[in-house]
Amino acid sequence: MTETIVLRVSNLSKSYGGVQAVNAVSFSLASGELLALIGPNGAGKTTCFNLLNGQIAADSGSTEFEGRSLIGLKPRQIWRLGVGRTFQITATFASMTVRENVQTALLNFHGRLNSLVSLAERLYVDEAIELLARVGIAEQAARPCAVLAYGDLKRVELAIALANRPRLLLMDEPTAGMAPRERAALMRLTAELARASAIAVLFTEHDMDVVFAHADRVIVLNRGCIIAEGKPAEVRANREVQQVYLGSGSLFGAEHA
Amino acid sequence: MQYAPSRLGRGNALPGTPQQKSIEPHLSLSAFLVQLLNGLASASSLFLVAAGLSIIFGVTRIVNFAHGSLYMLGTYIAYSLVKVFGGGMLGFWGGVLCAGIAVGLFGALVERLLLRRLYHAPELLQLLATFALVLIIRDFALWTWGAEDLLGPRAPGLGGAIDIAGRQFPEYDLLLIALGPLVLGLLWLLLTRTRWGTLVRAATEDREMAGALGVNQAWLFTSVFALGSFLAGLGGAIQIPREPAVLTMDLTILSDVFVVVVVGGMGSIPGAFLAAVIIGVLKAMCIGIGIGNVSALGIDFSFSKLTLVVEFIVMAVVLVIRPWGLLGRQQSIPRGAASVEPPLYLPPPALLKGLAAALLMLALLPLFSDRYTLVLLTDILVFALFAVSLHFIMGPAGMHSFGHAAYFGLGAYAAALLFKHAVPMEAALLLAPLVGGLGALVFGWFCVRLSGVYLAMLTLAFAQIAWSVVYQWDAFTGGSNGLVGIWPANWLASKTAFYYLALALCAGGVILLWRIVFSPFGYALRAGRDSPLRADAIGIDVRRQQWLGFALAGVLAGLAGAVHAFSKGSISPDTLSIPRSVDGLVMVLMGGIQTLTGAVAGAALFTWLQDSIARQTEFWRALLGGIILFLVLAFPQGIAGFIRERWDARKDAE
Repeated sequence: MTETIVLRVSNLSKSYGGVQAVNAVSFSLASGELLALIGPNGAGKTTCFNLLNGQIAADSGSTEFEGRSLIGLKPRQIWRLGVGRTFQITATFASMTVRENVQTALLNFHGRLNSLVSLAERLYVDEAIELLARVGIAEQAARPCAVLAYGDLKRVELAIALANRPRLLLMDEPTAGMAPRERAALMRLTAELARASAIAVLFTEHDMDVVFAHADRVIVLNRGCIIAEGKPAEVRANREVQQVYLGSGSLFGAEHA
Repeated sequence: MQYAPSRLGRGNALPGTPQQKSIEPHLSLSAFLVQLLNGLASASSLFLVAAGLSIIFGVTRIVNFAHGSLYMLGTYIAYSLVKVFGGGMLGFWGGVLCAGIAVGLFGALVERLLLRRLYHAPELLQLLATFALVLIIRDFALWTWGAEDLLGPRAPGLGGAIDIAGRQFPEYDLLLIALGPLVLGLLWLLLTRTRWGTLVRAATEDREMAGALGVNQAWLFTSVFALGSFLAGLGGAIQIPREPAVLTMDLTILSDVFVVVVVGGMGSIPGAFLAAVIIGVLKAMCIGIGIGNVSALGIDFSFSKLTLVVEFIVMAVVLVIRPWGLLGRQQSIPRGAASVEPPLYLPPPALLKGLAAALLMLALLPLFSDRYTLVLLTDILVFALFAVSLHFIMGPAGMHSFGHAAYFGLGAYAAALLFKHAVPMEAALLLAPLVGGLGALVFGWFCVRLSGVYLAMLTLAFAQIAWSVVYQWDAFTGGSNGLVGIWPANWLASKTAFYYLALALCAGGVILLWRIVFSPFGYALRAGRDSPLRADAIGIDVRRQQWLGFALAGVLAGLAGAVHAFSKGSISPDTLSIPRSVDGLVMVLMGGIQTLTGAVAGAALFTWLQDSIARQTEFWRALLGGIILFLVLAFPQGIAGFIRERWDARKDAE
């Protein structure tokens, strides 16, 4: 597999007052690769994410997507370049049906959002249904988002995130709040989609079963710094990582299970 | 309703007091000093009322429109009590205090009997209920105390004036200056040193968490309402030696107090105090130096003209710089499913057929109707378009505007002025909506930077600024007299012909807006309302969409205003006054904000009610208020919402 680097992060830093939330973080991500960002609570995962996504501004460092700097861009501009995003707590349009949620994203992707006369509900129907089929909830297309089960909402988010045919997906705790079986299924689906469409996926995760089963590579953050990076098996064997997670036991639950 | 400045205290009217001395061309130091004290004195009362509103909002999230009415009740009750108790030391202060307590008890009663039933109704419905109270309390005061202004007695032992730098200053006002900080201190002790105060602060910070921790909300809400109402009543009661009790004081103080609370930051008591002082002093200064004109860049400018609007300019500036007020904090977004908007579906064929039938009926009506009915129907069409344009930004776009009449009025004035300057009626009718839209484009640019109550208050401020310009620019807009002789072209001169014009333009406008709700643009607006985070993450520039939506609503409100101007033949500043904006809100909420057709139903019902009740009784406000209260309690989803619920229930049963 020839590796094309999609995302390159160098020396990314952000501090809040005296707290160095993210400290000189550097890594890169290739297309089709699943990279997990893990670490104990407060390690700087979400800050890192929000820096990449443009929701907060970095103090220093650079982020490049396909060779283009993302520094100073707003989330909506980053989306335009081909970056999809899902949130830790799902954010969907509750007054719309599942299909309309995806259609709204498609409308903007096709530059039709300012049309005043056409009926939005009748545009890009097939494309929306196809995206919903890819995440396995096409049969729910006509239901309002407000009545969906949480696991299905996560899938809706994924379908919305795929609407702009992204080359990079940023997923903040994609399986948070889901039942264990659903978690495995959603991550398997994500991995399949990523490999089939050569999408690079960066995700944060607390469930180590999910991480070790699906990530190609793992980065461990602690107090804003990267303390380990490598294949899941290497990271699991890393002394420092074991130290950081000692007491929680969560990292090694997989071995005993 | 009148909005003339009434802040001139009676102390000012004494012979040889600052008001008359300030005719001097320049502002002397002593005049400055006295105006400063004057401002501080009115700031105290302002603070009392504002603190009450702020506490109520902080805990219950209710924008209490009736707060000004509670203030008015305080003044009237104190007037009566002091008359009964006698003007002695005990009689006067006992009367003032008892008036405050009576209003406090009344507030607790209102909360228990009325508002409590509405906490689970859609947002803003409590606002409609409190507006109904405004109408009822106004007529109750009219019925009890009559339409005459009532001047209370002077406070015992404080009836005189003292000499400040060669000028007379009322002793009573000095007492008031001290009262503000005293009440601030007492409130601070109450909120920080008592268990009750801790609960109030906790609920202000995070109401759901306070509830989850076992705080008895029912009791807390009632007590907060009682305290807030007591403060409003007391603020009114202490005014009796300074100001006569008049029936219009409810809305006059309400807009002042809204401004104070918003400038200070909703829910912040020290903020309310700071803002009350700033606004009180600024207003006094504008009155004090008002007579002297300033000449800048060759334009004569009188500061007194600023009096009506200075507080709103302060509010607009503060909100643009500090969106949550001087000492306020960003409101926590309520959690849970209560705020989820229901899905919006394309109208089913049956509804479309019904609408087509209704339109056909409207087109045939002139064959059977008399002149009077046609005029009423024309009014209903105009206000239907006005209400639908307001619903467009309140519903799908999620921006609650309290000042939508500004764009209606801009359209009306633009049409009238163009017509007066020899533009043909047809062209004026087409150009006027653009002026409404331009106004909305300018004001909206600031408004979309805010959200929630702050956005609502900024729209109110801009409407008041627009009103004040129109009201005072005699040479151009005709000032308070307005403009007359704005008649349609000959071919539209008959009531029937004009009715058809109104039907074509207003129904056309309504259908256009409804269609846009279902267009991609409408979806983008709803996306921004449902989840700004997600909308941003799929590349939508939420602010820009809201801004354009706001301007679009302004264009159609302007069209409604232009049609209105030609249908009446004359316009006055009332066209863009705050009561007109509130009328629009009532129409939208009465019909049901969550349905598209609701605004039309609300506009028709409200316009018809106002017209028919106003002819029946002198106390039409109370009757209207009673009907609104009944509708709110019986149909919390609005009329159209109620019909839809029944419809859905029937369909489910089949």
